[in-house]
Amino acid sequence: MTISIDHLIWMYETMYKIRYYEDKMAEAYAEGKNPVFNIGAGPVPGEMHLATGQEPAAVGICVHLKKEDTVTSPHRPHHHAIAKGVNLNRMTAEIFGKVTGLGKGKGGHMHLFDPDVKFSCGGIVGAGIPHALGAALAAKKKGTDWVAVAFIGEGAANQGAFHESLNMAALWNLPLIVVIENNQYGISVPKSASTSVPSNDIRAVAYGIKGYYVKDNDPIEMYNVSKEAVERARKGEGPSIIEIETYRYLGHFQGDPEVYRDKNEVALLREKDPIVRMRQFLMKEHGIEEQRLIELENKARQEVEAAYQFARESDYPEPEDALKDLFV
Amino acid sequence: MIQAINEAMRQEMERDERVIVLGEDVGKNGGVFRATDGLLEQFGDCRVFDTPLAESGIIGTSIGLAVNGFRPIAEIQFLGFVYQAMDQLAAQAARLRFRSAGRFTCPIVVRSPYGGGVRTPELHSDALEALFAHSPGLKIVMPSNAFDAKGLLITAIRDEDPVLFLEPMKLYRALRMEVPNEPYEIPLGKARIVKEGEDVTIISWGATVPLVAKLAEEMTTQGIDAEVIDLRSLQPLDIDAIVRSVEKTGRVMIVHEAVKTNGFGAEIAALISERALFSLSAPIVRVTGYDTPYPVPSVEDEWLPNAARIVEGVQTLMRY
Ligand SMILES: Cc1ncc(C[n+]2csc(CCOP(=O)(O)OP(=O)(O)O)c2C)c(N)n1
Ligand SMILES: [Mg+2]
Repeated sequence: MTISIDHLIWMYETMYKIRYYEDKMAEAYAEGKNPVFNIGAGPVPGEMHLATGQEPAAVGICVHLKKEDTVTSPHRPHHHAIAKGVNLNRMTAEIFGKVTGLGKGKGGHMHLFDPDVKFSCGGIVGAGIPHALGAALAAKKKGTDWVAVAFIGEGAANQGAFHESLNMAALWNLPLIVVIENNQYGISVPKSASTSVPSNDIRAVAYGIKGYYVKDNDPIEMYNVSKEAVERARKGEGPSIIEIETYRYLGHFQGDPEVYRDKNEVALLREKDPIVRMRQFLMKEHGIEEQRLIELENKARQEVEAAYQFARESDYPEPEDALKDLFV
Repeated sequence: MIQAINEAMRQEMERDERVIVLGEDVGKNGGVFRATDGLLEQFGDCRVFDTPLAESGIIGTSIGLAVNGFRPIAEIQFLGFVYQAMDQLAAQAARLRFRSAGRFTCPIVVRSPYGGGVRTPELHSDALEALFAHSPGLKIVMPSNAFDAKGLLITAIRDEDPVLFLEPMKLYRALRMEVPNEPYEIPLGKARIVKEGEDVTIISWGATVPLVAKLAEEMTTQGIDAEVIDLRSLQPLDIDAIVRSVEKTGRVMIVHEAVKTNGFGAEIAALISERALFSLSAPIVRVTGYDTPYPVPSVEDEWLPNAARIVEGVQTLMRY
């Protein structure tokens, strides 16, 4: 399959932006929290789940999506939000708890909602899958070619909501795509200790739908299978499951002592980093000049810097705001 | 407190081989708060095991294990995740004995960290005890200190019925205290009088007790002699201890983290009005969370019952 240069460039740029965003978030989050880890201190208090290393899953499918397509995301949502085009300033302000945030600073990093690009996420593992199912049903009832993508971790594929949703999606032939980011762990529990099958695409058989597997965190392969899944969904050919083998470079949450895995594991994973690989691929296979990539990288960094600055300079909400927005 | 909880489980597992531990990340990781630390190493993966991410499955399996002779201690990682398992807990475990007229029983303990004050987001901070107090058939235990946590958990494990054991996250590592090495039981349904007093009765449980106790001590310097009752368990409830105190003081404040409307404080107020209305010399005051989902870290200290609101409430009562 040949991929347009524009798509390749967009994927690279977006992966780079996500990586830079998460690296900066790790720094901002760490401010004030040490020497003895204090989850409540610093400009970003509370829990923090970063997606460093998991960029290919987000960009490989979002490149095929339009504004009207729905994306639901779990507790590790930044890469999906950025790839779906959520407003970066307001997203960052939300994470910093500022009144200019997507949810006026009332949601925090696991609760990013942007109706402009039909994006939502949430902290309860598996809860977003039926919401995407509902969006897919709405798209069908309205007679559009819109699709819905539910991103989940491999741990979430063992929740009842996953199985209930896929059955309904298959039964009603809906444009739902469930993307399973297999980063090998649900907190400390390795996939082999939580999941009865080696990979979740196999489970597609149980619902009579399509299952795809992407190995080695490969953005290009993710692009290819996602293209097919999205096209099929748009044409009314039904739902799919895509499992991508991906890697979580950081702890489950920032501050995770990671007693459950060998420190070498991550070092080895980083050696085959997908962003580095894609950069080389663009230069070698597509003859893109390094200078052009450097410019893209600079632009991405500036955008991220601006978002952090916006967040830091914004005001906090008033305490009374916590009592508002419960009903119309 | 976390050590006391760990020790209670360890000693019960040593005493009774039917006791087993299951939940998310309870094995190698030893629980996200380290409550089950070392149990896998000591008892092996037949008795301590990680489950997939499936809360409904965790509680449902525990029911099946319990019916078949085991004594499961199931961990729900944060109490907010119990919504996923609402049916299995409130509509299955709770009702098994009743439905089968005692021929099936369900001796399970569901342990879960709850409560705010540690900057975790909503559903990682919620106090949901009232949902379960409204589900007949479940016992609800909420310790406020390490000594009680150990004794109450041991009793809960030995109990023949399902017990929801709610551990105040904020107190896991706060307030060190001496806890006896040997196993001991504290009966359920027996409140603890934290401080005796004549002027006002303050009723609380779990996470809010240490703050209430501290404030009550401080108030003595202002000439207010508060009696503080730590309920320890909501079901069974030590209503007699409450009534005795109210008959003495005539003024009542109830402090809980949960949202106000239909919180367990409302039930206590109703019971007091049934049993001791004419002893009251002032309207009952409730200091609670607000009627919203749990807020973000920057406002949680305002949202939770805090010193200012509790002191103001007591002053209001003392004006009568
Ligand atoms: C219903 C529910 N149970 C448990 C949790 C706690 N929890 C948060 S993330 C997580 C692991 C999720 O694993 P996975 O789905 O593989 O996603 P990953 O964190 O690896 O991205 C757990 C157990 C939760 N948030 N919701
Ligand atoms: Mg995972």
